[in-house]
Amino acid sequence: MDARGAAEGRTAVTLFSTDHRVIGKQYIGLALFSVLLGMLLSLVMRFHLVHPDSKVRLFQMLWPDGAPGGQMTPELYLSLMTMHGTIMVFFVLTTAPQSGFGNYFLPLQLGAKDMAFPVLNMLSFWTTALSLVTLLAAFLVEGGAPLSGWTAYPPLSGLGKITGPGQGLGQDLWIVSIALFCAASLMGAINFIVTVIELRAPGMGYFDMPLTCWGWFVTALISLFAFAVLLAGGILLLLDRSAGTSFFIPAGLVVNDQAQTRSGGSPILFQHLFWFFGHPEVYIAILPGMGLISTVLGVFSGKKVFGYKAMAIAMLAIGGLGFVVWGHHMFISGMSPYSSIAFSVLTLAVGVPSAVKTFNWLATLWGGRLRFSAAMHYALGFVSLFITGGITGLVLGQPGLDIYFHDTYFVVAHFHLIMGVAAIFAIFAGLHYWFPKMYGRFLHEGLGKLHFFLTFALVYAVFVPLHFAGFVGNPRRYPDFKEYEFLKTVLPLHIGVTHAAYTLAAVQLLFLGNYFWSKRRGAVAPANPWGADTREWSDD
Amino acid sequence: MAIAILIAALAGATVALFFQPRWWFPDAISAHARAYDSQLVITLWVVGCIFVAAQAALAWVVFRYRDRGQQPSAAAGNNTLELLWTSATAVVFLALAFAGQGIWAGVHLAGPDPAALRIETLAKQFAWTYRYAGADGVFGRVDIRQIDDASGNPFGIDSRDPKGRDDITEALLRVPAGRPVELHLKSRDVIHNFFVRELRLKQDVVPGMTIPLRFTAETPGTYEVPCSELCGLGHHQMRSSLVVLPPAEFDEWMREAQQKVAQP
Amino acid sequence: MGVSARTNPPGAKRLGMWLFVVSDLLTFATLLVVYTALRLATPDWPHPFTLSPAILYATGMTIVLLGSSLTMVWAVSAMEAHNRPRTVRWLLATIAGGTAFIVLHLAEWRHLLQVDHITPAASLFGAVFYAVTGLHMLHVAAGIVYLAVLTGGVARGRFTAEDVETGGLYWHFVDLVWMFVFPLIYLMAVRP
Ligand code: HEA
Ligand code: HEA
Ligand code: CUA
Ligand SMILES: [Cu+2]
Repeated sequence: MDARGAAEGRTAVTLFSTDHRVIGKQYIGLALFSVLLGMLLSLVMRFHLVHPDSKVRLFQMLWPDGAPGGQMTPELYLSLMTMHGTIMVFFVLTTAPQSGFGNYFLPLQLGAKDMAFPVLNMLSFWTTALSLVTLLAAFLVEGGAPLSGWTAYPPLSGLGKITGPGQGLGQDLWIVSIALFCAASLMGAINFIVTVIELRAPGMGYFDMPLTCWGWFVTALISLFAFAVLLAGGILLLLDRSAGTSFFIPAGLVVNDQAQTRSGGSPILFQHLFWFFGHPEVYIAILPGMGLISTVLGVFSGKKVFGYKAMAIAMLAIGGLGFVVWGHHMFISGMSPYSSIAFSVLTLAVGVPSAVKTFNWLATLWGGRLRFSAAMHYALGFVSLFITGGITGLVLGQPGLDIYFHDTYFVVAHFHLIMGVAAIFAIFAGLHYWFPKMYGRFLHEGLGKLHFFLTFALVYAVFVPLHFAGFVGNPRRYPDFKEYEFLKTVLPLHIGVTHAAYTLAAVQLLFLGNYFWSKRRGAVAPANPWGADTREWSDD
Repeated sequence: MAIAILIAALAGATVALFFQPRWWFPDAISAHARAYDSQLVITLWVVGCIFVAAQAALAWVVFRYRDRGQQPSAAAGNNTLELLWTSATAVVFLALAFAGQGIWAGVHLAGPDPAALRIETLAKQFAWTYRYAGADGVFGRVDIRQIDDASGNPFGIDSRDPKGRDDITEALLRVPAGRPVELHLKSRDVIHNFFVRELRLKQDVVPGMTIPLRFTAETPGTYEVPCSELCGLGHHQMRSSLVVLPPAEFDEWMREAQQKVAQP
Repeated sequence: MGVSARTNPPGAKRLGMWLFVVSDLLTFATLLVVYTALRLATPDWPHPFTLSPAILYATGMTIVLLGSSLTMVWAVSAMEAHNRPRTVRWLLATIAGGTAFIVLHLAEWRHLLQVDHITPAASLFGAVFYAVTGLHMLHVAAGIVYLAVLTGGVARGRFTAEDVETGGLYWHFVDLVWMFVFPLIYLMAVRP
């Protein structure tokens, strides 16, 4: 065939490649696209929170129904918030660290040729992509994106349009997207687990694996169980919406002055299903990062990771305990107050292995010879942010105290610090650390460090103040703060946060520039630039 | 080097913010709220110390072991250490867990008080309504087919039930200072949340359930009630007020209200 | 799969299928937990089924499905005996069994919906019944497609004994789920 045909042939091959390296890069590309989208949404949200009345033509162009005359409606804000959360949790933090880096480096570090099931691997990527498209389609349909948050509690999410615009087709698409994502993650999890169990290099025992592999392995195990339950929850919610069932919808509702004909389901039941998935999910987001950070800290302090075995066991403990603490999201939900006490004790217990990891990271640095590469900077930033974000978990973990903080900005601050940025810092560290392997070139070190310092300072500036909005009692998921006297006092705080957020987002351009510039023009890297001892640097 | 300083600086700034008086809790107006505040302060001190210790340790090792050509130690682990800090954290964290249960038990495990003033609280998109039992002290039956917001019957009080005739339906939550109150939280459509900052109380209002919420407000005044569970596009406007009146004023108001419903 | 067949040690596919089974079991388990929770919270839970014909009919379906498991066992052992023609025959028998099950099941659904007026919306029982049996039926249907691919491959000399065994694993799992559904959904809804 002619050259063009051949080229097309090749692109088709790489698009649907079954090579774990290509698939890894595809996942990272997907995450990068998603994180930028999620970031833009967060800026629009931040803008609206402090300028609720200003008319913006751009909004009108983007969302004709959502922002008539450029004036953003509350329902549009809520749908942006829902999409922001969903995109960030699922399509950034569940893809990049696990499916992205994991696909690329798990086989290499185990000394395997590829993942166990390359075709399945390709399928799971394209299912994820389809899931993302389905989610984004919600923006385009009549009524727009759903407004029930990334937690989609029924009855708000279970009754259709009647509970608000976006609760019609938009919410359906959201659920379908999540169901597809579950399927993709299950495929991925199976692939990862089989690869670890069957394809370790001859003579490599489980406790000879690098901690990165442990992170991916435990995460895959969690995914295998967590997504199975979310899938069930999604199916039932979809039935409530489409087949008129009432799993999650009690009898005798009068919505919008229309009496509903439903028979006694339970709204809280859905919360149990969601959080049984939801809490393990947050560990899915952080465990691969923990593994990576351990490696990076070891390499750049010229030492072995301190307490390797304890680290691996701590991950297993976090994975296991992570399945019995979901109730800490439901202290205020009306479930039995006795179960709250049990959940609270277990919740604080899960802090212990996390603390163990923190101590071992410190001990790894102790007595080392620290080389401050860009990757090392992000790794240290991760540890700092993990402490800052985790520590507030110990406050929220007490039901008595959560009474006040639940659904306030204190929670928003907690999870942005530990998830929104600590986990993202792990991705930055990973990119700077592995870029030479992935593209044969370095990410520009100086630019990387500059981006680190600015981002590190700014995320504190954005998210630490939000704790204090929480102290004032500022509820989350409010499109504006005009209705309440007590919220007028927090407005200055929010204005400061918003400006910090703009700057933070602008600073991300440094990273993007660096990323795309270095791919082509970056300094060419030797085979093992950091003097690491894991296999990925020595193979081929 | 620079990063060590930055970590220390950011941690320091974070701690400093906790000593600013501007963005903080409103004053407590009940015994529970005061108990809450002291438990919170204790917790903040404990986790604050952990926070400072951990961040300082991080900054210090980064500074101390920066590359000065020294020979990295070969230490790769130490089981006594692991055991030590695992049990240390376990103790601290579990102590926190148990210390925290007092206030929780105070709100949710204390039995009902027969002397309490019972008030039905109804949430719907996007408004709150309160119902007092009236002179006979008994709530009338409800029938959702009779729900009619326009004619001021959001509860759907059944007109065929004489006990319902004297029920008082109000848009404001008025309670007497110093008397135990028991709210019966109900929702008509989706999940809402009843939150009074000054009482340090927050409770989801779940359709299909009646959830009791008990408190004794001591300081007269008007306190905002923001809905705190996402319930739709009016969530941020679902505002109500708790009005704590001196007992005499409350009785006065109650008498008038009862007379109003008595006249047909 | 071609690549994996070369790089994977024997048993990898079986392990993969086991993992799928575990996770899928959890999905069904979740539905059954929901069922239990709702049922415990519902004082007047309906008991629409009579021993005859409803339960008798469902027993027939159960026997058909069990039979298809038996033929599957024979297909696997035939493959281990390197007898591809016999494998194909038993696989076809299994597919036939599965198809028969679905046909019977759909007929039952039709009767319940149109004659007995047990709909998903009418009661929580209906909701649970159609959700659980529906999800199971989807698994049977998927299994039929899976086995069809397998049969085609085996007939054309592709696939190993492990592949057929893996297919069997899935099929037995689908049967196993039914062994929970039958007592929990059908027998526990028999009119006293
Ligand atoms: C990466 C994600 C991530 C991680 C790792 C965590 C970790 C933790 N989270 Fe968080 N959490 C979220 C993401 C995450 N969380 C999200 C997204 C939500 C909101 C969901 C929503 O409603 O939208 C949430 C909400 C949330 C709640 C519910 C709040 C509410 O809605 O009312 C609670 C309550 O218990 C909680 C607790 C915890 C605890 C105890 C930990 C622990 O694992 C933390 C452990 C870490 C440490 C303890 C700090 C480090 C250790 C040391 C410094 C050692 C030194 C210690 C000693 C010397 C004693 N989280
Ligand atoms: C990963 C998770 C994540 C991340 C990164 C963020 C990032 C940000 N989020 Fe968000 N957020 C959530 C998860 C996240 N968020 C969730 C789950 C909710 C709850 C939704 C709900 O209530 O339902 C939420 C809600 C939420 C709210 C509350 C809305 C409300 O309750 O009314 C606000 C308001 O300020 C906010 C703001 C921001 C801001 C300013 C950022 C900024 O920090 C953005 C700056 C961006 C970065 C720092 C990342 C940059 C990364 C890269 C440039 C590349 C990385 C590389 C690859 C991926 C390959 N977010
Ligand atoms: Cu009612 Cu939010
Ligand atoms: Cu959690």
